Amino acid sequence: MGGVRTAVVGVGQTHHVAARHDVSMAGLVREAAAEALVDAGLDWSDVDAVVVGKAPDMFEGVVMPELWLADALGAAGKPLTRVHTAGSVGGSTALVAADLVRAGVHQRVLAVAFEKQSESNATWGLSVPMPFSSPLVAGAGGYFAPLIRAYMARSGAPRHIGHLVAVKDRLNALRNPKAHLHLPDITLEQVEESFLLWDPLRYLDVCPSSDGAMALVLASEDVADGLPGPAAWIHGSAMRSEPTMFAGRDQVNPQAGRDCAAQVFAEAGISDPRADLDCAEVYVPFSWYEPMWLENLGFCEAGEGWRLTEAGATAFDGDIPWNPSGGVLSSNPIGASGMIRFGEAAQQARGRAGDHQVEPRRGLVLGHAYGGGSQFFAMWVVGAAKP
Amino acid sequence: MNGEVAVVAFAQTKHVARDRERNEVELIIPVVREAIERSGIPRHEIGFTASGSCDYLAGGPFSFVMGLDAVGAWPPIRESHVEADAAWALHEAWVAILTGEVDSALVYGFGKSSLGDVHEIMTLQTDPYHVAPLWPSMVDLAALQASALLAAGEVTERDLAEVSARCRTAALDNPNAVVAEAVDADELLARPITHPPLRDADVFPVTDGAAAVVLAAGDLARDVCSRPAWISGLDHRIEPQALGVRDLTTSRSTALAGANAGASAGGLDAAELHTQFSHEEPILRQALGLGDGVDVNPSGGPLTANPVMSTGLIRIGEIAARIHDGRIDRGLAHASQGPALQQNLVCVMEAR
Repeated sequence: MGGVRTAVVGVGQTHHVAARHDVSMAGLVREAAAEALVDAGLDWSDVDAVVVGKAPDMFEGVVMPELWLADALGAAGKPLTRVHTAGSVGGSTALVAADLVRAGVHQRVLAVAFEKQSESNATWGLSVPMPFSSPLVAGAGGYFAPLIRAYMARSGAPRHIGHLVAVKDRLNALRNPKAHLHLPDITLEQVEESFLLWDPLRYLDVCPSSDGAMALVLASEDVADGLPGPAAWIHGSAMRSEPTMFAGRDQVNPQAGRDCAAQVFAEAGISDPRADLDCAEVYVPFSWYEPMWLENLGFCEAGEGWRLTEAGATAFDGDIPWNPSGGVLSSNPIGASGMIRFGEAAQQARGRAGDHQVEPRRGLVLGHAYGGGSQFFAMWVVGAAKP
Repeated sequence: MNGEVAVVAFAQTKHVARDRERNEVELIIPVVREAIERSGIPRHEIGFTASGSCDYLAGGPFSFVMGLDAVGAWPPIRESHVEADAAWALHEAWVAILTGEVDSALVYGFGKSSLGDVHEIMTLQTDPYHVAPLWPSMVDLAALQASALLAAGEVTERDLAEVSARCRTAALDNPNAVVAEAVDADELLARPITHPPLRDADVFPVTDGAAAVVLAAGDLARDVCSRPAWISGLDHRIEPQALGVRDLTTSRSTALAGANAGASAGGLDAAELHTQFSHEEPILRQALGLGDGVDVNPSGGPLTANPVMSTGLIRIGEIAARIHDGRIDRGLAHASQGPALQQNLVCVMEAR
């Protein structure tokens, strides 16, 4: 990848919960941003530009809320950009912010993503009937469950695989004090016995609905070298999109995801992601998306993803831990969920992941986000060493 | 940052007050096709795509997703979207080219304001806890700014009428305008005040439409375009939203963006300003230091066609088109969003 070498030098996030009644949206985003600036050793006045991401405005009922949030984010007199690329938006926002540095336009960029789901109802927000379109009224789970069933039919994966992911990610979340769900007693049987939402997804196979925000400070090499804390250097970054529906589209293993992974791994010099990465923070909002994305991202051959999950390869002590933070299954402020993956990846590369820090190998970590009908992808690979 | 980037093609719909026949995708398809054909760059070679739209105009989430059907995103493309006027998508595309990773980009914006009440939809841009419950429409907020300007003695009602009259007359030469008439300030002043202190002619017409621009880097731009509109400066700035903390008679963010974009460094032949209300023109002229020699809104501007979410991109396209065909050598485009000119973008373009 070309341009100015760019690094994450500060990371901040809220403690994700079902409803933050103690703060407004402005207070929520400022909390994450302030923590990221303190982490970076920078002040509000050091920020050149702000990039804000969140999922559809209908999730809070405010049109382009970044306009109103401008002063809470210290953006007065600065450039402020709002990114919206569906569920991948947290990742896309980090990449848009990084590109401002990479292009040499700015030196220090604050990227913030948030969702305050308690202000509205996301399933309603996703299901507004539109003229000339068949109403879905099913939320995201209703959309993705048939794709999961197609995956099961295609791969022959047994029904308990999803539940294994549901347990694994919740146990990982016990190591993460910022995670929304802390379920210390969760068992496979408990997941299997939780009520059925959308076959094969049971209640505990599904991400929570969270209030939360994530913030990153991105800096140029010149700036990063002068800061006291560790940096997570961007070794590769990529975005890909494809249309929602057309004849022959593979929605289970989408081409856009494969292309995006191919670019980001090529840029980072990764030929075998399972061997070359320390760990991965991947957008898994429904448990079955772990085996599906293992295949889509090239961690294994098509049809083999569930075997990695079943064998424990993706567990905290496995050979390629996935979502050591607990992932989207444990915290889901939708618009921020992608940036949390990108930020948790950066914390792993910086050695700042606390109790969910994995053992470093080459020091390279993947952050991944997807959105829409499995059609928008954003990814980066960050590392402890300069690219 | 030393890359050369130019606008090499521009297309827009023939805007209408209410398009009863086409949905958003059908608005976008012809302008994207036209812009790409004019650029001479094969569609599959365009390196990056960025768009701008507003979910609340359509009344549903993810209105940009269907836009992908219009651009033919297969095989998968590098693509992004801003919930903002497409002028901000152009900024993102400009940055993508400056990284050196791509050498061309498609930018488009679209919106059908006629589907709802755009004046009241934009009320939802305000502070949801303290301002939105009072339900000021975007026209109410603009009228407060106009009142502040008139009260300060900066302009008179006649000045505003002259802005409106000039724009409506200029639009007679713009086949894409929604409103156009040969009219003078006296005639407009004789019409009723509808949104005190503003008259209907001081307020943008509700408009459905779309626009698309193609950007290209240095050598590619020279290859595909005989007179590329080179972007010599591009910047955007925001102010706090609360009207109470701002001096509404000036636009600090426009002045700052203009200075950073080099608005005053060299003569300007024309400027296209995102004036949804007539009183915004004197504020912006002052903030940008535009003298009488600058032809402001030669297209008629947003007072004669305002397809929300592409209006700012169209300002850039109108200036670029005038550079492409040799009518001007250097011009300024301005885009704005948020209540009372809260956020402003300035793009200076020139022939070289």
